[in-house]
Amino acid sequence: MTWEVVIGLEIHAQLKTASKIFSGAATAFGAEPNTQACLVDLGYPGVLPVLNREAVRMAVRFGLASHSTVAPRSIFARKNYFYPDLPKGYQISQYELPVVHDGWVDITLDDGAVKRVGITRAHLEEDAGKSLHEDFHGLSGIDLNRAGTPLLEIVSEPDLRSAREAVAYMKLIHQLVRYLDICDGNMQEGSLRCDANVSVRPLGRHEFGTRAEIKNLNSFRFIERAINFEVERQIDIIESGGSVVQETRLYDSARDETRPMRSKEEANDYRYFPDPDLLPVEIDRATVDEIRAELPELPWEKQDRLVSDYGLSAYDASLLSASRAMADYFEAVASRVGDKKVAANWVMGDLSGALNKDGIGIEASPVSAEALAGMLCRIEDGTISGKIAKSVFEAMWAGEGSADAIIEARGLKQITDSGAIQAVIQQVLADNPGQLEQYRSGKDKLFGFFVGQVMKATRGQANPAEVNKLLKEMLNG
Amino acid sequence: MALTRHEVENIAHLARLRISADEVPGYVESLSRIIDFVAQLDDAETDKVEPMAHPLHMTQPLRVDAVTEENQRELFQTNASRTERGLYLVPKVIE
Repeated sequence: MTWEVVIGLEIHAQLKTASKIFSGAATAFGAEPNTQACLVDLGYPGVLPVLNREAVRMAVRFGLASHSTVAPRSIFARKNYFYPDLPKGYQISQYELPVVHDGWVDITLDDGAVKRVGITRAHLEEDAGKSLHEDFHGLSGIDLNRAGTPLLEIVSEPDLRSAREAVAYMKLIHQLVRYLDICDGNMQEGSLRCDANVSVRPLGRHEFGTRAEIKNLNSFRFIERAINFEVERQIDIIESGGSVVQETRLYDSARDETRPMRSKEEANDYRYFPDPDLLPVEIDRATVDEIRAELPELPWEKQDRLVSDYGLSAYDASLLSASRAMADYFEAVASRVGDKKVAANWVMGDLSGALNKDGIGIEASPVSAEALAGMLCRIEDGTISGKIAKSVFEAMWAGEGSADAIIEARGLKQITDSGAIQAVIQQVLADNPGQLEQYRSGKDKLFGFFVGQVMKATRGQANPAEVNKLLKEMLNG
Repeated sequence: MALTRHEVENIAHLARLRISADEVPGYVESLSRIIDFVAQLDDAETDKVEPMAHPLHMTQPLRVDAVTEENQRELFQTNASRTERGLYLVPKVIE
């Protein structure tokens, strides 16, 4: 039997507001426990939530960028359940009329094909606090700093057909919310996380199979592994004559498996109703138009422009447009040099490698775009070879100054003077009479040996083209 | 519409209300009467009426995104039965 996998993702993006969605408490990550939890966040009697304008505008930004409808009128609802990190006993969310609905994004698959993924809705809600279960004499510790942090929950259509597609979609949303500057995208800190609804059905069948929901996946790798595990589990159940139970499961990354959450008999009995503390939110045409005018260049627009403006391949353009900062850096380099492809290779190659090795983002690169461009100009004008450039780059990374200063201080200037190169060749030939004899009696491949000896003698500084030309003349002469 | 005994028990559980077995019939009776009372609305013609989310004909005012609250943890935690290292301590609940 061939099985078709059906996946929909619910992505929670913490919005980058300074204050909470319904209170004036700060949202900064990593503060001392409960120092950013005010009376509203603590659910004290008599307090009233007041909606943060910026959270609404951020939701609208996402809606416009994802080709969605921005609802002119939306409603907040109470989602009722009891848990200690939810002091009010309900989460303020949106149910029947979300702020954003019916959109789509295009994702690029591994084979380069483009697939359209529907966005059912995106709604505003508040995050809950955090429960710490270890080390409190059998009790749980509750930190409510996160309670009330604005979330945008982005719900996809069940359009994804494999774990790889789900990851590609998650990566696109990650890239998009960062481009829009509405979420920092830090998955380790939980700023962006997702639940995956997974089911399988025989290929060709129209009806969906019974789905399981895997909660709280906070890395691309875990999304892929959790979905693959879950798909295998469901297929095994069905093929051995059983049936999948609709349930909520947790992914255990240490064991690489999903398992059911306990105490779910009242699951999905949230008794939503409109929150009487909050009035309907109206977003007028003028506000939407204003926000549309402020939208930045979007990832797919930037990618297309890098192809048309700089002649890059679609693949290179997609890597360089991974983040706005990366694309800005590349453009700052490329605008200063002649060969755009070389600029792209350096940004994607040595620079990205060094950033990864040191675990820093491109914003914190010790080599600025201007400095890198300065070095590439020295390759273009023949001062240094591409090979020497690698050691110049390493020195720049280590803070030894500009390319020109390093070339000067280390005496790395390329030797192009033919007299000087001839003298070196003369010496190499004199030092290696045996190899010279063999070469002249027809062993052509020794040519590479002589090139190597000359480059070694000049510490790699001889102009390679010049070496090749002169060596050929002198070997044959 | 009469509620069942099971429904009443479930509602109590969702609301974390403890009611004894001999109280249940009384709740079945009185809650069913409340539902019957509200069910009169089923007779109203509502096809052309937009559902109402709020009785006030107003829209939600929005606040400027600014931090206006200071840390008052010490004050708030005087109200808590137990705290440690800044955390509120509660009976263990774990999924």
